[in-house]
Order: sequence, then structure tokens, then C-alpha cells
Amino acid sequence: MNFVGIDMGSTCSKLVALNEAKEIVYKEVVPTGWNCVETAETLLSHLEAQGIPKDAFRSVATGYGRVSIPFADKCITEISCHGKGAVAIFDEPDFTLIDIGGQDTKVIEIKGGSVKNFYMNDKCSAGTGRFLEIMAGTLGVDLNKLCELGRQSQNHVSISSMCTVFAESEVISLIGRGTDKADIAYGIVESIANKVKSQMGRVSSDPAHLRLSGGLCEVPFLLELLSEKLGGEVKTDPLARYAGAYGAALFASELK
Amino acid sequence: MSDLKLPEKFDEYAEGRKNGFLRVKAAKEAGKKVVGIFCTFTPVEVFDAAGLISVGLCGMSDETTADAERDLPKNLCPLIKASYGFALTEKCPYTYWSDLIVGETTCDGKKKMYELLGQLKDVYTMNLPQGPDRDYAKKMWAHEIRLLIDVVEKKFGIRVTDEQIREAAIKRNEFRRLKVELMELLSMDPAPISGYDMYKFLESMGFQFTVDDSIAAVKKLLGELKEQITSQPAAAGTGRKRILVTGCPIGGVLDKVVGSIEANGGQVVCYENCGGIKAARCFVDTDAEDIVEAIADAYLQIGCAVMDPNNRRKENIPELIKEFRVEGVVDATLQACHTYMIETYWIRKICEEAGVPYMSLETDYSQSDKGQIDTRIAAFIETI
Repeated sequence: MNFVGIDMGSTCSKLVALNEAKEIVYKEVVPTGWNCVETAETLLSHLEAQGIPKDAFRSVATGYGRVSIPFADKCITEISCHGKGAVAIFDEPDFTLIDIGGQDTKVIEIKGGSVKNFYMNDKCSAGTGRFLEIMAGTLGVDLNKLCELGRQSQNHVSISSMCTVFAESEVISLIGRGTDKADIAYGIVESIANKVKSQMGRVSSDPAHLRLSGGLCEVPFLLELLSEKLGGEVKTDPLARYAGAYGAALFASELK
Repeated sequence: MSDLKLPEKFDEYAEGRKNGFLRVKAAKEAGKKVVGIFCTFTPVEVFDAAGLISVGLCGMSDETTADAERDLPKNLCPLIKASYGFALTEKCPYTYWSDLIVGETTCDGKKKMYELLGQLKDVYTMNLPQGPDRDYAKKMWAHEIRLLIDVVEKKFGIRVTDEQIREAAIKRNEFRRLKVELMELLSMDPAPISGYDMYKFLESMGFQFTVDDSIAAVKKLLGELKEQITSQPAAAGTGRKRILVTGCPIGGVLDKVVGSIEANGGQVVCYENCGGIKAARCFVDTDAEDIVEAIADAYLQIGCAVMDPNNRRKENIPELIKEFRVEGVVDATLQACHTYMIETYWIRKICEEAGVPYMSLETDYSQSDKGQIDTRIAAFIETI
């Protein structure tokens, strides 16, 4: 019997499959696209290709598209799944997990190995991965390039609007004024870090135990800026992008 | 009566809305007069004593929000916008047929909206004291109630005596007592009724034409629930998480908030909001020498966020947590309601001290945040 976790986010869908010993035997990221049900079927066919047919696994779905995965045995929210996955990945019981996702940013307080409290942004996309993507598009670069550009900034500028739409016009006016691209990029990444900082205020956290999960954990400059703003090193892990799916797979292994 | 004209667009309305209009029209044709109200601070005893129908006019959907935003700012409480919008578009039968609308200064947004509403309807605004512990607060509110009595007497050409008001207060107390008894049934595990159905029922009381009708309706439901409790042997606990809901009036976000709580393994066991237990437990001392002052005193016990300081709410919530064996508190606030938004600070603190998980939600009447609210509520219940 295998245990499968699927984290269907607004931008990417992550899948983790475990064996009986709860070791990861397969993982992947695919774009969610516009049709969640179709994406779920694609993932199912990939599992089969890996020798994990439909009747040989139990599964838990999470993420905003969790209800669109017809073969999932159970749906659990991404808060609980990220918490559980991160506890396993970082192998420690008490820390604050920051997850910058496609359409929302979550700050999750972990105590004694389980979720104690969390804060999640409301409906707007301010401070999320989507915000970074849109801003990168405005500057004509991709997300990783945007963050690397930011590192080269000599004269920091700040983007004061948190609203994606307003921030975009702010960026456009900076471009119009001839501001250096690297300086604008810095302002964009910094605004994400500031937003996370204000969200951190809503839960109690220890600067000595900060961890990042989600798609942006592979962006070193964001980690550096976050660490600087939050007053403590923000650590991550190559697996952290899969935290939600990993947690879901672990929940699946506990299903009766 | 020929002067009772239905709205211009009446024929386009859905069946339910048409029936609402016809129901009030029939009452008015029988000679009844209608007073529209917005808030639990409004001393309805005055209208009962005057033989007037009083109905709640708080807007509860975003159907007319766009219309309201022609005159009101976008970044305003959805309840205020909806209430104004329904008056503007003639889509609410109760607003439409109101002979008099009585508001109060319970929030700045409403207060200024009433000024605009005054162009469409006959509006009278009571001035609510906001320092409930000041020595003049009770005197001031009693004086305001007397001014309201004058307004009602002049408007409808009647006399309202203190004795009539005392009788009305006795009856309202009876209604309050029954409502409290009903709400206390939710302290059972399993609760005999969902929190959603309980709220819908309490809300429907705002549209009864007389207190007697309200009393009869509560008695009927109480009887049914008690019968159900005795006829069905109590199962062991349901495992549903017991949630207290507090914050702003939630009629307009009931599906999004309470619907989600109960669809995700929770049971709302107590409403501390306006329509819930908070105001229902404020009884009038009907033996008091000055009945108007006694009414003023009772209403000033309501722990509303407009009060400064609002100690009553801070004292009440820990007691309710114990009484209803609450396992989680959901503080639902409406966009741009500064007073309740800021008080989330205290309520969070109080819940932390009581060792009960707490979550605050800010929302409006739109459906755009439905998915996120649902995820947050589901995650909150998972963590309890």
C-alpha cells in the first residue's frame, strides 16, 4: 500500500507518494492550469506510470483545489498539511512556518509538533507568489531573475502599495522615471518581506526558529531579506516546496 | 386604501419578495403602522406600547450594494450599504412600508447614512451615550427614550402612557426569557438544533408583527426541541467542535461563516453577537418606579463595541465560554467596522487567557472570499 498526498495550489500542484515505511518514493510538481479535475487525472496517470495504480494507494488532498480531486479519500486543509509536512521535513517540534503560496501567504505556529495557531491573508493577493509573478512580468523578467536582480540593487527604493494592482502602477511609474531595474526589483522583494513581517505579528514566533515552505523557498535572495526583516535566520529545505503534499501523504498513511 | 401603492418594479420581483410586500401591505390596510429599526439598542417597548409594528431593517445581502455605492463610499460596512441600497431600490418590503424609521448613533457610518436615508423616508435618530459607566449615561438614554415617545406620539397622533410601556416591558421580558431558554438548549451535547437553524429562527423573530406572535413562535420551537430531547435518548457527544461566534451582526455572512463552521465539523453553541444572547439577557426591572429609566438601564447593559470602555463584552465572553463549554471562538467582523475590528485585540487576549483557540475573520457580503474563509475555518477547526 502506498500513501499519496496531493497539494493542488493555485499555481502548481505538488504530489508526494510514500511507501509502507513512509519513505518518499515519488514526488513531482506540475502546473495546476485552469482545470483542476484534468490536472488530477494527469497526476493519476503519472502515478500509474510509476507503478502505483489507483487501487494501490490511499490519498489525502489539500490546497485550494482539494475538493476537485475525485479519487482522494479525504480533504484536509493546507494549514494542517503544511504543518505536518514541515514537522517531518525540519524534524523539530517548535517553530514558525512561513508559506508563501500562489494566492495566499500563511504563517503557522507549530508547538509540540502540531499546528497551534495560524494567520492567513484575506482575499487579496498582496504579498503572495502571485504578486511577485505579476511584478516580474511588469519588469519583463522571470521570478528567479527578479530576485537575483534585487540583490544587485545599489539604491534601494521602496514600493509602498501592497495592493497588486496599485503596486503595478507604482512600478510602472518608477520605470517611467528611469529608476534602475535592480532597485525596483529590490523594492518588490522587500515589500513581500514587509508583508510577511506584519503577518508574523498576528501569531507568536521565536526569531530563532523560522522556516519557509512553498514555491519561493528556492529563491535565496528572498530568504536573505526575510531573515533580515524578521531578525532571525529563515531556514528552508529542498523538500520544503512539497511540505503540503508530504503532510497530506503522512495524513493518508494514518487513515483508517 | 388607495394611498398604499406598491413599488414601481413590483411585478418584476420574485415570489418571496412579492409575498413580503403583500403581507405588510395587508397589515397596513388593517390600520397598522410600521416602524423600521436597525439595532438591539432601540427600545422596542415604546413601539409595542403604541401598538406599532416594529421590524428589523438591517440589509443582509449584497444585491443592492452597487446601487448604494452611488451615494456611499465603497470602503464602508456592507450592512450599512445594503440597508441604504434596499431603501433606495425599494426592494425591502419592510423599509418600503415603514411609516417611521428609528436609528441610533451606534456607529458613525450608520449615523451618517441615516442622514441620507432621511431624504427617502421619515427617519428619526436617537443619540446613544457611549460611555455606559458615566453617571449621566442612564439619565441621557432615558431622556432619549422620552424624546422618542414624543416623536411617536406626534407622528401617529396617539398617547403612550407609562403604564402601557410597563406592560410592554413585562411582555418583552417574557420574550427575552423564552429566547434565553431556547439559546441555552445549545449548551447540550449534542445540541438539539444546528447553530445555523437557531440563527435563522432568531432572525425571523425580527419580522414578527407583535410580541405575542414572537412569544408563540418561540414557545412552539421550544416545545418541539424539548420533545425531541426527551423522545430520543441522548447519544454520546457528537465530536463536533463547540464554537462561540462573536463580533458584528452576521445575518449577511451567515452562510459564509456559520455555514462553513458547521460544514467543517463544528457546531455553533452560542452567539454573542447582537441577535444572540448578549442582548437577550438584558432584562428590564419592571417593578422600578420609573419604567423608562429601567428600560434605559437594561439596554445600556449590552456589550457593544461602540461603548467605551466596553467591559461588559470582555466580562461576558469568558463566562459564556464556561457556560457553553466552548472549544473555539470565531470573531466575525464586517469590513470597515473599526470598533469591532479593534476589539479583536481584546477578544483574542481573553481567549488566550481562557485557553480557548481564537480566530478573527474580516469579511463582507460578497462571495469573492468564500473559498479562503472556508479554508481558514476548516483549518481552525482541524487545529482544535
